[in-house]
Amino acid sequence: MLAKRIIPCLDIDQGRVVKGVNFVNLVDAGDPLENAMYYDGEGADEIIFLDITASSDRRDIIYDMARNVADNIYTPFTIGGGLRTVEDMIRMVKAGADKVSLNSAAVKNPEIVRDGARVFGSQCIVVSIDAKSNNKGSFDVYVKGGRENTGLDALEWAKRVEELGAGEIMLTSMDRDGTRQGYDLELTQRVSDAVSIPVIASGGVGEKRHLLEGFTKGKASAVLAASIFHFREISIQEVRDYLRENKIPVKS
Amino acid sequence: MIQIIDYGRGNLNNVVKSFMNFGYQAEIIDQPKSIKDLSGLVLPGVGAFGDSMDSLNEKGFTSYIRDYIASKKPFLGICLGLQLIFEESDEFGDQKGMGVLKGRVTRFDIDEKVPHIGWNQAEFKKESRLFKGIPDESYFYFVHSYYVTPEDPSVTTTTSHYGIDFTSAIEHENIYATQFHPEKSQKIGLEVIKNFGELCAHHTSR
Repeated sequence: MLAKRIIPCLDIDQGRVVKGVNFVNLVDAGDPLENAMYYDGEGADEIIFLDITASSDRRDIIYDMARNVADNIYTPFTIGGGLRTVEDMIRMVKAGADKVSLNSAAVKNPEIVRDGARVFGSQCIVVSIDAKSNNKGSFDVYVKGGRENTGLDALEWAKRVEELGAGEIMLTSMDRDGTRQGYDLELTQRVSDAVSIPVIASGGVGEKRHLLEGFTKGKASAVLAASIFHFREISIQEVRDYLRENKIPVKS
Repeated sequence: MIQIIDYGRGNLNNVVKSFMNFGYQAEIIDQPKSIKDLSGLVLPGVGAFGDSMDSLNEKGFTSYIRDYIASKKPFLGICLGLQLIFEESDEFGDQKGMGVLKGRVTRFDIDEKVPHIGWNQAEFKKESRLFKGIPDESYFYFVHSYYVTPEDPSVTTTTSHYGIDFTSAIEHENIYATQFHPEKSQKIGLEVIKNFGELCAHHTSR
């Protein structure tokens, strides 16, 4: 049976792992390779790196990081952030990323999803959606780290990127990100039900129960968390044991 | 020497490294070389079927692979590398594969999320030297939307279950291939790499 996935996420700024709340108060939190090797050893199901480097002249560092990580671990990993063209994606996959994640670039030019899928196959293309609830009972898609409302409806956008050939959706709740109150389960479940591609739940994990809820209530195929793994509050193995006790199929 | 074919996508350094970790010589090639000194050939897979087949044809790799397989030395296909040695695929319209083995590659038509992404179990259907020392129902990493249905079911060494039971590894004479990624399957995956290395070394010393 296919195991449900547990995915630690690392934010990368200019080649270093950083941690902050809602993209502010960033603190240096170590070397990406060291962190990746730790998660590799822990048997994480995948690892996601999100490049948040702002200055464009420092953005090439992420390709070296991808190469370095790919050469040294045997765990699949995804890289997102700052990828704007098919050429960027080709370069990133060539550097060693197993999957690439698109966010703003897909909103700006949806055809990039189709073009990417044609070159790599859908399984390689993740579309990252940052969603925030509005006062109409639905969710809007945000870009630029949650600062800009695109006016797109999250459910419609999820269906659209599936049509375009995305292989997976990484769904982050901007309301919950950094709050440690758990995933936005309504958002996660609605998007998961709306598409036939896997959905990775993201944003808001503060304890292991939240990860379980991502599967049972959110209907996610994978759960992502950053800080609880990052600050070693809980190990991947503990999460796996806990999920198994709760009848969620996980890798042995 | 084990060669790993680079036909344009993906970083293959970790495949090379995984062989070298077990003491086997390995190199990446981006154009055909002499098959004479080879002990093993690996066709990895990142990309779409048609795009990859075009790239293999352009670089002259299709005849290279055929000649190599005819030499009876061990061959390993990984993921798309498994699919490409079959006859045809329906990915983005009908696409011709290498046709080394008979069978079709089709998209999952199931009541589950597609692509099939993540760790799934491989159940043994017959004994295979590629799985020596590996427990039945071990978890390996998959990431694909298409699967192969071999015309001759006896080539299947493992199946995995995702909506249906599909072929997740094959062995036919000197041809070995896996739908999953051993190079991305942590410790257990490296056992597969090691076993293939041993097969190559054993073949050379005969």
